[in-house]
Amino acid sequence: MTQLHSSAGEGHGSGATEPGVDQSGKKMTFGEGGLAFIFAVLTLSCLTVAAKTHDAAYAFHAYLSAFASLAAVFVILNRYTDRPAALPALEIDGKPNYNFGPVKFATLAAMFWGIAGFLVGVVIAFQLAFPWLNLDLPWTAFGRLRPLHTSAVIFAFGGNVLIGTSFYVVQRTSRARLAGYLAPWFVVLGYNFFIVIAGTGYLLGITQSKEYAEPEWYADLWLTVVWVTYLLVFLATLWRRREPHIYVANWFYLAFIVTIAMLHLGNNAAIPVSVFSPKSYIVWAGVQDAMVQWWYGHNAVGFFLTAGFLAIMYYFIPKRADRPVYSYRLSIIHFWALIFIYIWAGPHHLHYTALPDWAQTLGMTFSIILWMPSWGGMINGLMTLSGAWDKLRTDPVLRMMVVSVAFYGMSTFEGPLMSVKEVNSLSHYTDWTIGHVHSGALGWVAYISFGAIYCLVPWLWQKRELYSLRLVNWHFWISTIGIVFYISAMWVAGILQGLMWRAYTSLGFLEYSFIETVEAMHPFYVIRAVGGVLFLIGGLIMAFNVFMTIRQPEAAEAGTGIANPSLVPAE
Amino acid sequence: MAEAATKKSLWARHAFFEKNSIWLLLGILLVVAIGGLVEIVPLFYLKSTIEKVSGVRPWTPLELAGRNIYVREGCYNCHSQMIRPLRDEVERYGHYSLAAESMYDRPFQWGSKRTGPDLARVGNKYSDEWQRQHLADPRSVVPGSIMPGYPFLAQTPLKTYEVADDMKVNAVLGVPYSEAMVAEALADLRAQASPDADADGLIERYPGAQQRDFDGNPKVLSEADALIAYLQALGTMVDFKLYDDKANIR
Repeated sequence: MTQLHSSAGEGHGSGATEPGVDQSGKKMTFGEGGLAFIFAVLTLSCLTVAAKTHDAAYAFHAYLSAFASLAAVFVILNRYTDRPAALPALEIDGKPNYNFGPVKFATLAAMFWGIAGFLVGVVIAFQLAFPWLNLDLPWTAFGRLRPLHTSAVIFAFGGNVLIGTSFYVVQRTSRARLAGYLAPWFVVLGYNFFIVIAGTGYLLGITQSKEYAEPEWYADLWLTVVWVTYLLVFLATLWRRREPHIYVANWFYLAFIVTIAMLHLGNNAAIPVSVFSPKSYIVWAGVQDAMVQWWYGHNAVGFFLTAGFLAIMYYFIPKRADRPVYSYRLSIIHFWALIFIYIWAGPHHLHYTALPDWAQTLGMTFSIILWMPSWGGMINGLMTLSGAWDKLRTDPVLRMMVVSVAFYGMSTFEGPLMSVKEVNSLSHYTDWTIGHVHSGALGWVAYISFGAIYCLVPWLWQKRELYSLRLVNWHFWISTIGIVFYISAMWVAGILQGLMWRAYTSLGFLEYSFIETVEAMHPFYVIRAVGGVLFLIGGLIMAFNVFMTIRQPEAAEAGTGIANPSLVPAE
Repeated sequence: MAEAATKKSLWARHAFFEKNSIWLLLGILLVVAIGGLVEIVPLFYLKSTIEKVSGVRPWTPLELAGRNIYVREGCYNCHSQMIRPLRDEVERYGHYSLAAESMYDRPFQWGSKRTGPDLARVGNKYSDEWQRQHLADPRSVVPGSIMPGYPFLAQTPLKTYEVADDMKVNAVLGVPYSEAMVAEALADLRAQASPDADADGLIERYPGAQQRDFDGNPKVLSEADALIAYLQALGTMVDFKLYDDKANIR
């Protein structure tokens, strides 16, 4: 019953344009002209803002945007002059002419941001153990670097993985070329520009200080434009599909794109102080803002870090294992139950706060119910390997993805447990939460991403296999040990701190001052940082492996997914 | 499996969504909208979340500027501002936090992590001098602290050109900043940080506002002035001897 498209043997169009350039009767498309014009206007607007603002950091962003817009105008015009009269064909010889350029870019961007994000994570982990590393400078203090870490790993690394894989999967499962000529590039480059603005903004002190939604109003506006384009490209590609059914991975991608748009708009509703100021005020206040924030925050987990990456699971695990998805019916239940229930779970971040009790209890109840669809998805992913379990011995890439699903199962069990109010009264505000997040983020999100990238790179660059599977093995083991260090240190630290906060002496006094509980964390913070270093080393091994894979001259041969080997130049 | 042959099973009907991307999209939107609506919309009507508590007033211009520095530096990453009604927290930090106490906070800064202690009631708990030293070099007053030092705050003059605009936007959003408050924003801001200035207008507009040179350096109106003014006001507005916790029970 599964509708997984035929594996390996399918046509694999080249993303590059053909060398023979026929320029006769060339016309600029509306998209090219319009976009070039918009970017030209944007250049001037940004220069005006840069000239008039009092805020140096904001002026820097305005100049950066003006420069980027100007570069966009040149790139669009240059691309127009160089291209043949006809836009790339949708099909060549009856086979889809896939557009993999933006996918390649997103894949490499994901690698870059991943390493950067892990590195900042390691730095701030050491800052917590050795506070002099904050250097007493504004730009290097923990409070500014921590959002840089979370945004870099979630939105820069995770976001590029999601955009890249979704553009790949929607083409392959629809057997259609990605919709739009400039639009996919606009999405990929525009998204990465958002990342640059957001990240540099934090360092310069431009932030809303809403957790996981730190970028200020102008970055949010830009992201909205990019995201709507992303949705349209994705949908329009689905409309081109030559398969009657939309493949299950695409349901999850679609839910991720649409819901993130809704959450982003709701949580970032703000009024800027002026066009010439980076500062804005959120329209929600106090308890309402708290609820909106965690409605957003928890579903950034639910839809960005879960639904999107489940889509990756639903495509890449069956593909790599060469087995159909275990159960079609389970995937239907899994999908609708997951997206319906997830959205309710936000209030478990606000247990025992000034949020009304009924809302807290509702959040807790749905968080516990959420265990079921989460494990339904895990079972669907794991059981896809039935009949192919032996591959775990020989294929470290598949092993990485399967372990990621196991981590998904573990952290989606831990999450409902921590959402129980009595447990939460102990765990909340402690490092247990940090450990929980990282078992999901490192174990699930990063591992399924690594698996997808290890699959994608040979497919995209048309190589027979990765440069080295042994290095994948090293990556897997080193980073797994890193994760174990990390989460076990945080479990102990969190529970210890929670218990110390509530400890009483026999005379009925609080037993520990706050600072004593901070001092008790030191050894665990050191262990955690070492775990982070191991995870970073794994990432560097991966980057080397990816680099060498792309560099290796050997092209894949027929039967491994290449339609026209003669078209592939040996680099 | 047999029923699929005779009548169209529910499973087969799902093909409708799999074949129509727009209906799939609308279905997703409907399904994900429900939970948020149920949990968020009532918060704008329920008495316990929109209660007015006597004593709670909007931030003074100086406190607001200080709050914006708190926001800028990302203090929420390590400090919560939400005391839960648990025995140890109430003993450690003071009365549990009320919704009304953050009703003018945009964004809210309840936080989610206590790498450092809760700050909801840190106001007047330590002297200005302690706060100043602690911000500049946390380990000089708390040897085991892992907080970053912020020595630059006391050396950076406070940017005041936007304070009135800040208040205007807040007023548009429903914070009761009157026209007089906006007009006097800059004067009030300066008056609050200078012990010798006439503060009658300030106190009248912002009852209970504390007036003094918060950073101990009368020559400079620094970012530390604003931040310490904000910290010293945190959690001090409600007099819990007079607060009736039954007033909002229906």
